[in-house]
Amino acid sequence: MMASDYTRLDRPPKARARLGKALVYLLLTFWALMVLFPFYWMILTSVKSYGAYNSEYIPMLYTLAPTLENYVEAFTAVPLADYLLNTLIFTVLTTALMMVVTVLAAFAFARLNFFGKQAAFVVFLSLMMIPSELVVITNYVTITNLDLRNTFTGLVLPSVTSVFYIYLLKEHFEQVPDDLYYAAKVDGTSDLKYLLKVMIPICKPTIVTIAILKVIECWNAYVWPRLVTDDERYFLVSNGIQAIRESGFGRENIPAMMAAVVSISMPLIALFLIFRKKIMAGVARGGTKG
Amino acid sequence: MKIVLQHLTKTFPGRGKGEKRDVVAVNDVSLTIPDGELIGLLGPSGCGKSTALNLLSGLQKPTAGRIFFDEEDVTALPAEKRGVGLVFQSYALYPHLTVLQNILFPLQNLKGKERLSKEEMREKAYEAAGLVQIDGLMDRKPSELSGGQQQRVAIARALVKRPRVLLLDEPLSNLDARLRLQTREEIRRIQRETGITTVFVTHDQEEAMSISDRIVVMREGVVQQVGRPQAVYDEPDNLFVARFLGIPGINVFAGRVEGGRVWIGHDAIVDAQDVGDRDVFVGIRPEGLLLAPDGPLPCSLRGVEVMGRDINVVASHPCAKSASIRACIGAQERVDARAQTVRFSAKPNKTFLFDRETGARIPFAHC
Amino acid sequence: MKGWLYLLPAILFLGAFMVYPLIDVFIYSFEEGYNFASQTYTGVGLYNYSYVLRDPYFLQALRNTLILVVVTVPLSTGLALLISAALSSIRALRSLYQTVYFLPYVTNTLAVGLVFMILFKKTPYTDGLVNLVIRWFGGESIDFIDGPYWAKMFVLCFYTIWTVMPFKILVLTSALASVDEVYYQAARVDGTSKLRTFGRITLPMISPTLFYLIITGFIGAFKAYSDAVALFGTNLNAAQMNTIVGYVYDMLYGDSGGYPSYASAAAILLFAIVLTITCINLLISRKHVHYS
Repeated sequence: MMASDYTRLDRPPKARARLGKALVYLLLTFWALMVLFPFYWMILTSVKSYGAYNSEYIPMLYTLAPTLENYVEAFTAVPLADYLLNTLIFTVLTTALMMVVTVLAAFAFARLNFFGKQAAFVVFLSLMMIPSELVVITNYVTITNLDLRNTFTGLVLPSVTSVFYIYLLKEHFEQVPDDLYYAAKVDGTSDLKYLLKVMIPICKPTIVTIAILKVIECWNAYVWPRLVTDDERYFLVSNGIQAIRESGFGRENIPAMMAAVVSISMPLIALFLIFRKKIMAGVARGGTKG
Repeated sequence: MKIVLQHLTKTFPGRGKGEKRDVVAVNDVSLTIPDGELIGLLGPSGCGKSTALNLLSGLQKPTAGRIFFDEEDVTALPAEKRGVGLVFQSYALYPHLTVLQNILFPLQNLKGKERLSKEEMREKAYEAAGLVQIDGLMDRKPSELSGGQQQRVAIARALVKRPRVLLLDEPLSNLDARLRLQTREEIRRIQRETGITTVFVTHDQEEAMSISDRIVVMREGVVQQVGRPQAVYDEPDNLFVARFLGIPGINVFAGRVEGGRVWIGHDAIVDAQDVGDRDVFVGIRPEGLLLAPDGPLPCSLRGVEVMGRDINVVASHPCAKSASIRACIGAQERVDARAQTVRFSAKPNKTFLFDRETGARIPFAHC
Repeated sequence: MKGWLYLLPAILFLGAFMVYPLIDVFIYSFEEGYNFASQTYTGVGLYNYSYVLRDPYFLQALRNTLILVVVTVPLSTGLALLISAALSSIRALRSLYQTVYFLPYVTNTLAVGLVFMILFKKTPYTDGLVNLVIRWFGGESIDFIDGPYWAKMFVLCFYTIWTVMPFKILVLTSALASVDEVYYQAARVDGTSKLRTFGRITLPMISPTLFYLIITGFIGAFKAYSDAVALFGTNLNAAQMNTIVGYVYDMLYGDSGGYPSYASAAAILLFAIVLTITCINLLISRKHVHYS
């Protein structure tokens, strides 16, 4: 055996493991910074004064004179509050409607027996493959012809359907033991009451997860709202931010723009931090089942 | 509530890939269950007993035949309108509701005149819970209960609406042996106290025999025999019933009747003077085989099973239908375990003759 | 019968906003000279397709989209795999890292895109933070937002990867966590090196997930649009940064808008491309993906 082999053997394995660990943490921290930096930057910029920001040829990584004036500007110079309210209305309406449609359909597929169920389910499944880009064209024409542009009805209706969530919920409904259904039957429970009092409470975690995922989707909706609204009074946050960017505050007011971005992002980030486990589990499950 | 089944039949469409033969789960069952009795529906798995129970509950609709509760024809009545209480094998407790909410659930489904006030509902729920002695657990969730406690909750939930008929599906199968003994007494007590006509399904003959007023033995959808447990045991109608009841099982030999005597191999076992000469199956209960040094039936001794209260002598005989036969003798009797052969005599009243083709019992007079 | 009643709302919504539009879009795409205002058309044929395929804007969008797909799908999947593997090997701070990595998933693409824009943008007042860093390393500052094509494409790819990473990391981490510890123990007993264990055990075990991510990654990248809008504004044609989906929407409604026939033809072309790629993916996966 050569001397170098001995030295290699002598080197405590712990040192090598520690080096590996350090590299791993280095990588993880690097990516964490990549993710966090834009958030830091938007918050930082949003509290810099307009004057201070524009005088920094070399941007500063911190500020010593934080100000909230940009937030005042964001909420007064542009109807940011209206955008937020519109988005809230749109999100609540769409999610609520979708939940009703989804729960009823999933229940029918999971629990009820009726003629043509298998065929209907196959059709539903195949609809899962249809990209929204393909149907948005006709929907745009339909909504325009129905004179529903710049209305909440026009915004909400085509956004309601989600075949995937019906599928996901059906899978979960099916895991509820059959015996519970028969027990409820014997106890004189109607199908609807069974759905409301047994199925939904038992599957509440899944239902909440689906609702949250839909809320995220609605909050970030851009394409459809852009197509059917050109009246600022019906802008959602995505369209609002685009409008701010293009015609904005009358001048290129980056700090105020960032204040608007922070205001728009915060509700969802707060929702995420509250329901962190649920959301991540939901997305992971949705992902592996897709 | 008297229950009458008339020519009840249930067939399921065949699922096999090649042949599409329908499966007849319940085949032309006619049966009358007297008011206030506890009936054990007994049979091996796949005999149609669970289907029969589902037909009684209304969860499944019969293909043919009728069901009456007293004089009322309930055949077309769906489960929710039939007013039966059903205890599931899995208990089917609602996992998200407390014990109290589970028991209240059936009452909350009542509508119109039958609707009770909140107070009355609570009262009834506690009454039912008291009956099965779980009134101290009302705020727990099912997952916090033991198997036996869940079972009681399920029974309370079935009883709370004062069902016309109480149905139990394999009520003891999910309990351990000790709890099983206790719970079956409990079921008997509750049934006595409430006087509700009760039907329970089981594959365990001991369970059925021990608490039933009457047992119904089923096989492949057909009722084999109905009667008091002891009567069915003592006078089985056919070979299947004889084999199904009793532990250890009955010993069956290929034999024949010749000249008024029952022969196994070259040995005449008992007299059967009123039976003509023919080939038969001879069934002898384990307790019907007596050790006798000069007994007519020689068997090769294979071993001795000590059960405590008594002893099983395990032997074999070339004419036996099973590899080993068992004789059940008192623990005080001495058996020389090293002996090559043992000789038995048979008690005539524990000996049955069955037709070789149909398995039907051939009665014979013994003196 | 009752079942259909429960399905009715879903059928109405899906029928009106998915099935009918699906049929309609094919019809549109063959109707020549369709006039939106009067809803009339002059003939039936393949003209819309040939127009789209010869439209330089479409070809530009197609090129952009293809570059985006080829660059971002392998890079983001590989990076996500690396990070997930690293994440699975640690215990301390793991859930903190996971939470941080997931953040982009719950943010508004348009809003955060603005932040990226100001980070990369070069204006008379400032070179922007990214250029500052480049110069710090001795490089030349570039305008990533209004500058040369490759710089703009770089930002677009970068931002796209940033937005798709959360989903991939999350899915891969849970796939890695579901690999039974027993296999690793067996490999250790057999004296398998860590790298070999990863290549011969971990990768095959998570290959269905990996493959799923690649397929959805392809589909998602082909449909890129919001990211580009966030960075370069709504007039993507002018910025040379349009994507196929962007082209569809512009045809439908926008500066050059009002042509549902062209939009339909372009959308169907996109669908055909995506379908072909997915089928090829599926064929390849037959050989390489291990389904237990």
